[in-house]
Amino acid sequence: MKTLVKTHARMLAAAAGVLSLVAAGNATAQELNALIWCDHADPALLQPFEEANSVKVNVKEFEGTGAGLAIVEQSQPGDWDVMVIDSVDIPRGVEKGLFEPLPEDKLPFPDLFPEVKLDNYTVVDGKRYGVTEKFGYNTIGYNNTKVDPADMQSMAALTGDKYKGRLAIYDYYLPVIGMAALAAGKKTSELTEADLPAIRDVLMKMKANAKLVGEVVASQTALATGEVDILVGGGEWVTAGLAKENPALDFSIPQEGAVLWSQSLAMFKDSKNKDLALKFIQYIMSPEGQARLATSSCYWGMPASTKAALTDDQKKVLRFDEQPGFLARAQPYPAPDADLDKKMQDLWTEMLQAQ
Amino acid sequence: MAAVGKDGRIIPWALVTPALAFTLVFFVLPFVAMVAVSLTTVQGGGPTFDGYAQFFQNPSYRQALVNSLQVTAIVTAVSILLAYPFAWILAEMVPPQWQRLALMLAVLPFWTSYVVRSYSWLLVLSQNGVVNQALTGSGLLAEPLPMANTRFATVTGFVHFFVMLLTLTIFANLKQLSPSYRKAAADLGAGPIRTFLYVILPLTLPGIMVGAFLTFVLAIGDYITPQILGGNNELLMPQLIMMQIGRRGDFPLASSLAIILMVVVTIAYLACARWLKIERA
Repeated sequence: MKTLVKTHARMLAAAAGVLSLVAAGNATAQELNALIWCDHADPALLQPFEEANSVKVNVKEFEGTGAGLAIVEQSQPGDWDVMVIDSVDIPRGVEKGLFEPLPEDKLPFPDLFPEVKLDNYTVVDGKRYGVTEKFGYNTIGYNNTKVDPADMQSMAALTGDKYKGRLAIYDYYLPVIGMAALAAGKKTSELTEADLPAIRDVLMKMKANAKLVGEVVASQTALATGEVDILVGGGEWVTAGLAKENPALDFSIPQEGAVLWSQSLAMFKDSKNKDLALKFIQYIMSPEGQARLATSSCYWGMPASTKAALTDDQKKVLRFDEQPGFLARAQPYPAPDADLDKKMQDLWTEMLQAQ
Repeated sequence: MAAVGKDGRIIPWALVTPALAFTLVFFVLPFVAMVAVSLTTVQGGGPTFDGYAQFFQNPSYRQALVNSLQVTAIVTAVSILLAYPFAWILAEMVPPQWQRLALMLAVLPFWTSYVVRSYSWLLVLSQNGVVNQALTGSGLLAEPLPMANTRFATVTGFVHFFVMLLTLTIFANLKQLSPSYRKAAADLGAGPIRTFLYVILPLTLPGIMVGAFLTFVLAIGDYITPQILGGNNELLMPQLIMMQIGRRGDFPLASSLAIILMVVVTIAYLACARWLKIERA
């Protein structure tokens, strides 16, 4: 009989446990589905929002706008609530009818660095579809104990013989083609097909000096392990996160300038949780959210907000106080039309195949 | 026996129906969809052979296929050369009671993640890796060898994986051979080398070719290994295909390139099947 009572007690306890789990499940039943880059997957960024709003944020990482838009096209309308996207690609999403205009009065636009609002991309037909959340530079990342920092003030160092075999090139054609354009004395916002031969010359010289052309992890690893001493296309997104372990890693904004990268948040038109989506965007744009995003474990970057709650050490690593000068010298991310984009990618393919 | 029709074919058809349905849903339909997409353009419209034309007109695209074929051929040849003696030792020199354990140890690297294994090779072959440190530390080399981020690194990563696969297929073939073949060869006056070259090797060719074909198919379609170990110093076909998707989302061109790769694999299969009659192996 004792055994029977014990068994019943266990069953009751188990049932109570299940009920409490169901209740807990109901309490956090609301979910936000976010298409993101890896920096948004950091629990240190998401957990405070989830706990404060009793929600679950489901994330799916992607790389490249094309891959992200393909995921959306293969999903049901309403499957996704928010998306992280290159600021220059917001018009692509708007053109496909994916995004919902954002309420400017409910977001802290006055706090943003003016240069990264990028209204020419985030505002379409008078409506704002994206808010810049993070930015940085595709420029020259280097190990200041292995190279002469003075050399890193000019892109000529990337095409000369002095650092042959000591370069890595970040494997993303748009920003590095932008850098090659700067090295060739061209403005990134005015690139046409006629500029490609000059850009090609610079790219081929860089390739001849390069040990590898790597995506984020590979290029970062190469610089951190000493496989290479210079990363073309690198910047704070490579060096800042490693500053504690390797303070010798640094970046420069050379005299020719640098390419400004920026990522934005957009809300889906078919989202079933628009209020929650807006709350999430507001959280990311809050001083705390901005600080956590800027120092995400995946990669660091400058917060778009001037009021990000960064510590002094974090600001120092990100060179926060130098931003006005950097931004003044930075040029916009190349935003080619479809035809020029294709030609740029083919040029990149040619560079990769060059021996 | 009620399930058997007059011609006695109902049960066999019932048995193969799940496999046919699986093949239809997970191979035929996606393949037809991929062919259909390959005949469009990223701007919409079609049908057009624009994606295929781009491949034949662009030297960098064609070079990707050449690179893939070269790397795959090297990987297959090196893997066979390493796997055969390994399988031979396992089959002929390891006592039968230890063979299972030895085989398990041989395929142990299969148990680790493919990506982790590739990154491990990158660290091993890097400028400050264990190989270069050993070579420079022992005084054999003054400067580290550039091994990481090269075709050599890609081949090394592939060979590490495919030697295991080929060892299994060749070992199975060797174990099936009756000892009578060797005795008969010896009776007829053949020495160990002649016996191997004229008796054992021809009889194990089916095992070699099955493993070689699997190596060819898996290596030529692999994206991870060349992407991590090759340092993008040359592009292989899977990398070229992925490149079309990343930012531009050019699925039509990616599909065209994938179909071309598939045609190459099909030609390789037909060549192997016809030459060595592996369907009877």
